[in-house]
Amino acid sequence: MPVADLGPEIALIAGAIAALLLAMVLPQPRLGWCLAAALTALAVAALWALAQAGAARLTFSGTFALDGVTLWARAIIVVTTALCLALAPCWFASDRRHGEFYTMTLFSALGAVAMAGAADLMQLVMAVLLSSVTGYVLAVWHRDWALSVEAGMKYFLIGALANALLVIGVILLMGMTGTSDFAALKGADVSSPLALLGLALIVCGLAFKLGAVPGHAWMPDVAEGAPVPAAAFLTVVPKIGAALALYRLVHLFPETDMLRPLIAALSVLTMSLGNLAALWQTDVRRLIGWSSVSQSGYALMAVAVADLSAEALPALIWFLAAYALANVTAFAVVAHLRGRTALEDYNGLARTRPDMAAGLIVAFLSLVGIPPLIGFVGKLGLFLVTIDGGYTWLALAAVLNTVVSLFYYARVIAPMYFTARPDARPATLGRSSGAIAVLCAIALIGLGLLSGPFLAQAFGGVVLP
Amino acid sequence: MLTLAILLPLAAAALLAFAPLSASLSRSLAIAAAALSLVALVVVWAGFTPAAGFQAVQEAPWIPALGVAWRVGVDGISLPLALMSGLLFVAAIAWPMEREVNARQYYAWFLFLEGASLGVFLTLDLLIFYVFFDLSLVGMYFLIGRWGHGEAQRAALKFFLYTLAGSLLILLAIIALVLMVDPLTFDMRELIAMQPVAGMDLRAGLILLGFVIGFAVKTPLFPVHTWLPPAHVDAPGAASAILAGVLLKMGTYGLVRIAMQMMRETFATWALAIGIVALISILWGSIVAFAQENLKRRIAYTSVNHMGYAVLGIAVAGSAVTGHEAARDLALTGAVVEMVAHGLITGALFLIAGAFWARRQEYDLDHYGGLAGNAPRMMAAMGLASFASLGLPGLAGFVAEVQIFIGAFAVWPWLAALALLGLIVTAALFLGMLQRIFFGQRPPALNDFADLTAVEMSVMAALLVLVVLIGVWPAWLLEMIGAGALLATGGG
Repeated sequence: MPVADLGPEIALIAGAIAALLLAMVLPQPRLGWCLAAALTALAVAALWALAQAGAARLTFSGTFALDGVTLWARAIIVVTTALCLALAPCWFASDRRHGEFYTMTLFSALGAVAMAGAADLMQLVMAVLLSSVTGYVLAVWHRDWALSVEAGMKYFLIGALANALLVIGVILLMGMTGTSDFAALKGADVSSPLALLGLALIVCGLAFKLGAVPGHAWMPDVAEGAPVPAAAFLTVVPKIGAALALYRLVHLFPETDMLRPLIAALSVLTMSLGNLAALWQTDVRRLIGWSSVSQSGYALMAVAVADLSAEALPALIWFLAAYALANVTAFAVVAHLRGRTALEDYNGLARTRPDMAAGLIVAFLSLVGIPPLIGFVGKLGLFLVTIDGGYTWLALAAVLNTVVSLFYYARVIAPMYFTARPDARPATLGRSSGAIAVLCAIALIGLGLLSGPFLAQAFGGVVLP
Repeated sequence: MLTLAILLPLAAAALLAFAPLSASLSRSLAIAAAALSLVALVVVWAGFTPAAGFQAVQEAPWIPALGVAWRVGVDGISLPLALMSGLLFVAAIAWPMEREVNARQYYAWFLFLEGASLGVFLTLDLLIFYVFFDLSLVGMYFLIGRWGHGEAQRAALKFFLYTLAGSLLILLAIIALVLMVDPLTFDMRELIAMQPVAGMDLRAGLILLGFVIGFAVKTPLFPVHTWLPPAHVDAPGAASAILAGVLLKMGTYGLVRIAMQMMRETFATWALAIGIVALISILWGSIVAFAQENLKRRIAYTSVNHMGYAVLGIAVAGSAVTGHEAARDLALTGAVVEMVAHGLITGALFLIAGAFWARRQEYDLDHYGGLAGNAPRMMAAMGLASFASLGLPGLAGFVAEVQIFIGAFAVWPWLAALALLGLIVTAALFLGMLQRIFFGQRPPALNDFADLTAVEMSVMAALLVLVVLIGVWPAWLLEMIGAGALLATGGG
């Protein structure tokens, strides 16, 4: 067994265990030290992943793929997780026990990486389950607060159903093709109705993790009710894993006529539903939640044209990176403002907290896709590959949705910038949350301008098998 | 040098955004940055050879994987537009603020908008063109929403939504156009030389439709002009001047540079349809403007009318009616002169409208009357600009319109004849406006109405001297444009 192939994943496990042990011995005020263990593990994982950058092989008896997809999944997930975790010590400062939060988050991140790297149906199920089970706990962390409990319950109920569908789908597909191995499945005959049904059910199961129709309903509740660091994590990290896993799946069955139109349809439904539902939200966290749903729809555009356009994979990767960074920025601002979430709380923020207002504006403009922010390059790639892949109508639908989305982002931006200065300056959380928000906002601009080298690297990425 | 002209205002904007400077210092810095940027453009102009293709070119890679690079350069169309924009920005920044709030941020956004606007005209890369095109929306959105009056937020949002929809259509069309080329490149010069969609029918038509709708929103043409009046009415005067003078030109510039030059055949097929839309805009703009009781709304609708002339000129120039090469040259030259003239004239008119608001917080024409006595300088400036706008010979508007009409008469005589009606209505509406503001009985409340200040007068003088100069001695501008070379090579 080439254990070193899974070095980054093992580092995550080691970090999770170390954080758990520290949580057992540390007194309550010092639980933030668990963050050090978690960040160390994430750093090791990142470096190890970079060291395997050029790899393109199947490992562990063909159950795990070391390729471009896995590399980028590791990179984006590790960075995002680190940013979310760094928000946690301030946020949970008054929580009696939150040392386990770091452990849970690392395990959840591991599940997301494993989803993207899975080269075997059983492995995919394991990864989805790991990511889900830990996710429920993260959502419901504020167990004394009704909204958090509601979010966790909704997440769990939808997740239980979706995971059951996923497992049934995997069983159907395995039964009809006789294998769970991606390498053997590649190009296999899946034209029988039962196999097609299995494939559709797998797509539904992954759509839950992605936050796409039909498994999207948990997203706004989790964004609103979960602790803000967990909300930032849960709206971003599982989505990255699921989008890349779906890409791999579509890549496996290029000949199946049904798969792409199904995903394109889900894409349009998801982006339209998310945007329309976000239009009149008066709760900023919920609004970000619905906008996250719509962003899943955009991500599915690149999945629908997988292999139809040569650049579909780099476009997807860079869009996911842009989305992750922008969403984390938005949540970091919310966290820094102590989770204030009513729309009127943001009136005149540009006068009282200009740095936070600027951060949120940049994050929202990046989600719209205004150049030269990174979100623009991400969306440009999506439009490019969908038109190239022959799905021009999908690109038109996305354009229409983008215009709609500007409306609700502007509903937050306008009161921040245009209304008069309020009486009180809003209280903030701590120095670190503010620093993360500003840092991410600068990265949204900087990485947008420096997209070239990253895109060039993503262009070289291969998909196995 | 061109890169400098773009980056200088952007850098100054960043400085103003972060450095805690006083209002007067911010103002001086902003004027200096805008003036330096104009100087850089004038230096390029000094070394410019008319009708000799793209010049002062600079290149640096940005996203090589997609064939995107920082490319700047000017030809006979972009240089006059960039010079006019540079001058108008200096004028708008030097014009006193209507409401003295947050002066530092006000000037920062103006400089940001200047960098983006110059970028649109100076870049030779389609993607960078789109980047700056979008950035100009962001800058204008914040200027209208923050420093406007009335329902400013609503107007700003409407402006942003409308024009973003248009610009996203342009983005799709750009992508579809670029995908025809292998390997991928966004270089305008190569795309003009290659004519990527030559010989295609439906697909080329759809791409052109995307460009035309997108640029029509920006220009704006009937029926997608409805964002313009509220945006103008509620914007501060200086922002209105930029919106009309510079931002609208991006639409017509895009039509020439992209739709006409990169898709010559397809554009020729549809030129008549575009000409008819232009005709409707000309008539609609002038008639609706005539009915407006609000000073700024009236000027705003004349923009629809005047930009209609420019588009008519472009449509004539792009039509492939053989045997009319000279007429088409004339029409294109006229269209470019119209863009420059409209920028100067309407910029001046909107600045004066801002002066009315700054004094009385009122745009209703009935509110004013008999101001000739107290405000002779204002009457002179507004009168000159109005006469130029209605096309009086000897002023810039006439030079533009006469060339467009001569060109149009040669190609589509009936269309040109109908468009002439617009001129008559425009004359009536401007004369009526001057009469109601400056003559007749003066309401007692206006007895202390102040004339233009020295600062305002010097800004006006800079703009209006050029209007007269282009009117009496247009040769230097026509030579700079050199439309014949643009049509012959397509690349200019």
